[in-house]
Amino acid sequence: MPRLAPPLAPGEETILSVDGLKVNYGAVAAIRGISLDVKAGEVVALLGANGAGKSTMLRTISGLIRPRAGAISFADERIDRLPPARIVRLGIAHSPEGRRVFGSLSVAENLRLGAAARPDRSTMEADREGVYALFPRLRERMGQAAGTLSGGEQQMLALGRALMAKPKLLLLDEPSLGLAPLVIVSIFKTLAELKAQGVTMLLVEQNITTALGLADRAYVLRTGEIALSGAASELRANYEEVAAAYLGARG
Amino acid sequence: MNTGFYIAQQVINAISLGSLYALVAIGLSMVFGILRMTNFAHGDMMMVGAFGTLVLGWLGLPFGLAFLGGIAIGAIAGVIVERTAYRPVRGSADVTLLLTSLAVTYILENLGILVFSSSPRNFPIPDWMNEALQFYDGQITFTQINVATIVLTAVSLGFLGWFVTRTDAGLGMRAAAEDLGAAQLVGLDVNKLIIVAFAIASGFAGLAGILWAAQSGIVEPDMGFTPLLKAFVAAIIGGFGSIAGALLGGYILGALEVFIVAFLPSEVSPYRDAIVFALLIAFLLFRPNGLLNRTQEVKL
Repeated sequence: MPRLAPPLAPGEETILSVDGLKVNYGAVAAIRGISLDVKAGEVVALLGANGAGKSTMLRTISGLIRPRAGAISFADERIDRLPPARIVRLGIAHSPEGRRVFGSLSVAENLRLGAAARPDRSTMEADREGVYALFPRLRERMGQAAGTLSGGEQQMLALGRALMAKPKLLLLDEPSLGLAPLVIVSIFKTLAELKAQGVTMLLVEQNITTALGLADRAYVLRTGEIALSGAASELRANYEEVAAAYLGARG
Repeated sequence: MNTGFYIAQQVINAISLGSLYALVAIGLSMVFGILRMTNFAHGDMMMVGAFGTLVLGWLGLPFGLAFLGGIAIGAIAGVIVERTAYRPVRGSADVTLLLTSLAVTYILENLGILVFSSSPRNFPIPDWMNEALQFYDGQITFTQINVATIVLTAVSLGFLGWFVTRTDAGLGMRAAAEDLGAAQLVGLDVNKLIIVAFAIASGFAGLAGILWAAQSGIVEPDMGFTPLLKAFVAAIIGGFGSIAGALLGGYILGALEVFIVAFLPSEVSPYRDAIVFALLIAFLLFRPNGLLNRTQEVKL
């Protein structure tokens, strides 16, 4: 198994911290004061219904949206005013909702662009081999235009493209979206392998069971606020409580 | 006259004219691909490039260097326009972008009139370029300018093809044209890519302007207007935003214009431009995405 991410000592070192974040879309508040953190080596899930603010959170961390208030720090550096390209350079890669692969570019070209922001590109070829080892289907299709891939293959490519940045933190927005159950199982198996390698992830998911199966901790978001949070093992044991937090029955 | 030679002659003329349209259309499409903006000032880069070459010639530079200098001046002018006029309004409503580029057109053309006066000026080229090459007892004739146009366009297109398939910046430009948001998420510096796009697009327009002036023998401040309209038609036919589409559209349009005059009754010839713009309307009505455009609606 190739090492795709730089080794990080798992432990108590906080790599990402979000403090009192507020984000608006025009006059509508999408995030109303959220604080959360991710420690090195951890997989943290953001759960919640449509419109709870999960994707907005990831897009704000990536610098695509500017927050109205609050702070985001990554490895002890404020990033909430930086442009997206700088944030990628610091080590945050974002695999976006809907995959967003470059359809007219080949699989190999998509992966090459994933490494575009890296200062050190000497190992680019080796890293691409690493992604192919992780997803052999992508190797078979490396010369093919990404737009002709199946949904599952495109999700693999979106993941591979993000890994090419050698991120210290991987933001995953609904990697299961629109995929067949068997494909979802295979994607999450790969994510579990990445986790075992020490890749830190912040994962947005609609599918509670799948997400809690992978994550160490989770936050449940509802209408832009944290409704519930805790260790994934505890939340798995209190499925009703999580579902209630989704629906807003809980305080 | 031998029909075969006549057709061959017209094909050469079509390629020569199509090359110029393609050079201008590609830049128009490249900029639209990334910014979703129709850059009406694009045609004026032809004027800037041609006047650049003229002035460098006055300063005593040999024609070859003045030629290259004109291309460079066109490229630099495009980048300056992007930085000073377009970047401040980037992301604004379509109408704002449209009006801004129209304003830039007026400013550049009037600047040209102010400096060079509105009357056409002679565009001197070396004698060898006007030399006619004759084959088969003069049944196929073309000038060195035709040859230069075709060869230089081929070289430019070869460079562009290499650039967009083999370099990070070129791949990044295609990625940004397809999905600007995703391009930002992989860490591409969009500002840098836009500068590169404007430099190449305007350099190509500058080249087209110099060749245009060399063929017609004159330069004037509004010389870019008609070619811009034609390039616009070419880009729409090919698929606005697609580089390959602009190339295809440019040559289709060049062939159409030459063949209308060459092969249809002479009474039809005056309607050449009318036919071209009717084709534009037909494409806008029935195939607005053009022949090659694959771009779909992008959400961000």
